[in-house]
Amino acid sequence: MPPTIDRRGAALRGPSAVDVALEVNGERVVVHVPPRRTLLDALREQLGLTGTKKVCDEGTCGACTVLVDGRPVYSCLTLAIACENRRVETIEGLAKDGELHPVQRAFVDTDAFQCGFCTPGQVMSIVALLRTVPQPTEDDVKRAVAGNLCRCGAYPNIVAAGVSAGRRKRT
Amino acid sequence: MTRILKSIEEFEGEVSESLVIVDGHDLPPARHDGGSPEIGRSRRRIDATQRVTGRARYTQDLYLAGMLHARILRSPHARARVRRIDTKRAEALPGVRGVLHRFNTPKTPFRGDDVIFREEVRFVGEEVCAVAADDEDTAREALALIEVDYERLPHVVDLEEALGDVAPQLESDGNVSESGSHKRGDTKRALKEADVAVDVTYRTSTQLHNALETHGAVALYDGEMLTVWESTQHVFGVRTGLKNALKLPYSRIRVICDYMGGGFGAKNGVGKYTIVASLFAMRFGKAVRCVLTRDEENLAAGNRSATLQQLRLGAKGGRITAIEHTSWSNSGQGKWIANPTGPTNTLYEVANVNTRSYKVVTNAGSLSAFRAPGYVEGAFALESAIDELAEAAGVDPLTLRRRHAGAGKDPITGNRYSDKHLLECYRIGAKEIGWDRRRAGGTRGSAPHRRRGIGMASQIWGGGGGPPAYATVHVDPDGSVVLTAGTQDIGTGTRTVLAQICADELGVELDDVRVQIGDSAGPFGPMSAGSMTLASVGPAVRLAAHDAREQLLGAAAGVLETPKAELRLEAGAIVSKGARTPLGEVLGKVDNNTVIGKGIRFPNADDLAQKTFSAQFAEVEVDVRTGEIFVERIVAALDVGRIVNPLTAASQVEGGVIQGIGFALSEERIVDRALGRVMSGNLEGYKVPTVKDVPTIVVKFVDRPDRRANNLGAKGLGEPPIIPTAAAIANAVANATGARVRHSPLTRARVLEALALAGIRD
Ligand code: FES
Ligand code: FES
Repeated sequence: MPPTIDRRGAALRGPSAVDVALEVNGERVVVHVPPRRTLLDALREQLGLTGTKKVCDEGTCGACTVLVDGRPVYSCLTLAIACENRRVETIEGLAKDGELHPVQRAFVDTDAFQCGFCTPGQVMSIVALLRTVPQPTEDDVKRAVAGNLCRCGAYPNIVAAGVSAGRRKRT
Repeated sequence: MTRILKSIEEFEGEVSESLVIVDGHDLPPARHDGGSPEIGRSRRRIDATQRVTGRARYTQDLYLAGMLHARILRSPHARARVRRIDTKRAEALPGVRGVLHRFNTPKTPFRGDDVIFREEVRFVGEEVCAVAADDEDTAREALALIEVDYERLPHVVDLEEALGDVAPQLESDGNVSESGSHKRGDTKRALKEADVAVDVTYRTSTQLHNALETHGAVALYDGEMLTVWESTQHVFGVRTGLKNALKLPYSRIRVICDYMGGGFGAKNGVGKYTIVASLFAMRFGKAVRCVLTRDEENLAAGNRSATLQQLRLGAKGGRITAIEHTSWSNSGQGKWIANPTGPTNTLYEVANVNTRSYKVVTNAGSLSAFRAPGYVEGAFALESAIDELAEAAGVDPLTLRRRHAGAGKDPITGNRYSDKHLLECYRIGAKEIGWDRRRAGGTRGSAPHRRRGIGMASQIWGGGGGPPAYATVHVDPDGSVVLTAGTQDIGTGTRTVLAQICADELGVELDDVRVQIGDSAGPFGPMSAGSMTLASVGPAVRLAAHDAREQLLGAAAGVLETPKAELRLEAGAIVSKGARTPLGEVLGKVDNNTVIGKGIRFPNADDLAQKTFSAQFAEVEVDVRTGEIFVERIVAALDVGRIVNPLTAASQVEGGVIQGIGFALSEERIVDRALGRVMSGNLEGYKVPTVKDVPTIVVKFVDRPDRRANNLGAKGLGEPPIIPTAAAIANAVANATGARVRHSPLTRARVLEALALAGIRD
């Protein structure tokens, strides 16, 4: 069946499941999802990338933060289909060749978590920050993770981790 | 020789006696000369890499092949009789596998005399029906197709309304029942003879746990074993709940909690979702996942009770002579309450004390333990009232406390404290905050409309732990070590500190120790609650490591043909007259042998009271135009015995303080009285602290081993740091402004009201 075309010429997809091509952590993948499927569910359930956490599923906690084309988004508020052909980065893609990303290392060294459930989201928010502000101040880090709740109250160390990650070089 | 000993333990303010089977002898207290290779050293968490890479697998991350998804239909009414349930349309939906409810499910016991589906549902969110389907969406759609015929009944959700005459009476003996009391001396007389007295009423609102990982379980039944992965603070407690519900023997139930995303007391036992997942798993022979949503979490997964507390205090000659404290707690549909009068009974040496605490049932979700249950609420009232008394008596509030904080004995049992350094906490904290800068009436703030003040409050809590708790240490032929213990790491760093204790006692490197916990297939251990994990399990681990070391040295003596007395085990090598032989090399000579060390937790001394103490100091600014409170600094000085890992210990204190700030300033469950619905059921309506709400937090430990508490000298740390925070802040606010806010959280509206009452603004 040829795709239905809307007024602006874009192909209408759905309502049943469709193939969506994404670039996830540098690899091209195709997921078969209904258009209402969030990026979060597609990552966790279709792709087995469960590092990204679901806490509220409604954009109020930041635990599901991933990067799409380098910018942090709440993946529970982002449709998978809206990320077609875009670059998605998750916590699983940060460490390269068994070497932790500087932000991950900083989290380990400063004890920036307790239960660790908010951690993937916190880390992704700070990774995004460091790409635009390589040497962030405490205030920069606070602003970057202001939308990431931590119920264990690891905040002081999260801020310290963000600042110290800025001083590290990727080895 | 195996024998039975008596032990006295305290759990969340309740003291109880138990019997313990023991064998052999406990170890003498660990050395504390700074020479320990591991204990007392800051170490990164041994599971840190797993947690920062997203590889740590939490219960909600488990997706097993062919897994079904269960969801629960919850009552929309605060109180109703379930007359009829029609599931035809739901069951006709493709992908729906089955439905459970009270008409088709045999009575399944839940926590004592309760059942999973009740005829009369008693709060909005109570479980009515459960659906299992091939996927989450289908299960959710099916819920919408179930028709339930409810007969609505009159309800009451508010604590003070439930105390009144017009409220519906929910139990045959009414809504209110006494749950505890304590009396010493004669408060009536003391109050009559007092120079000054205060008579004040305090309130605390309901606080919701909101651990970031919601409650949930994945159950799998293979015809022989029921395996349940659950986000829980007690794998063995879940196992017991399942045994009672499903009538399976312990040997056929295995409960696993590898990583969990916080609990804070709400995950101490089996949940209805666990039983639902297990019932479906057993019916279909498949894995079944039942994980709550955030909304469900805030309706039906526990809370810290709202309280109403009345206090009367008297002072004479600059000393506290009497405290009367009566407290009512909203237990919702809970069967118990935590005791807010606990701190009043035990924190200070005061001759005349009379306290009473009442449980009030309502049609709101049940309470569950929430980090220092009762004591957080009680300390807010008591420690605020002490400041009010000090103010009335014209005494510095810290000086007044000092006069009563030195007692060496528990005032209820008369037992000596195993150790106590509360006065030292006062000294450290006062110095760090700069208490001598505090002025009666506060000082000017950073702007004309801002006032600045300093306040403090103190804390008592258990944390001594106790038996039973077990550990084993396996040393494999290559010299690598597996420590297995009956506990779970709920985010407190349990894996790491146990590995440190093991490495220290055994004489191996920290990296050589793998820790296996969170599995009921291993030896029993206590729930990770009541600040008792370290003090319960740590000593057993030490004993197990010691046992293993003795065996290793014995084996090495044989292999190296050297007397055992000349051998030491250090950093993973056998050391003999300066020569080092790696453990793996020694054991390689007796390949495939495994050395197994065993350890148990020996009883607590039955004539001592093991307590933790601390004080917190807060410095705040208050905007008297808006009522906004800016907490600038919190100093926490704690006496919790020996500190095993200063890095993770400090993190835990910071976390407790931050939750205390939430309780003090922003966290409040709002329930609509007419409908009984929670209006703050998500993280938008319910305000947990964000990074921007966090002040500078300074953590100081007295760090002296409590040598009479257990062989490690360490006590618990999970709960002490949340207890005094709210009162310290309220006292700082009162110091800054002269206005006393007697209801936590101290929202802007409440601050403005108190400022108006105090005549500071109109
Ligand atoms: S899960 Fe996406 S913001 Fe909470
Ligand atoms: S570490 Fe537990 S929620 Fe942040």
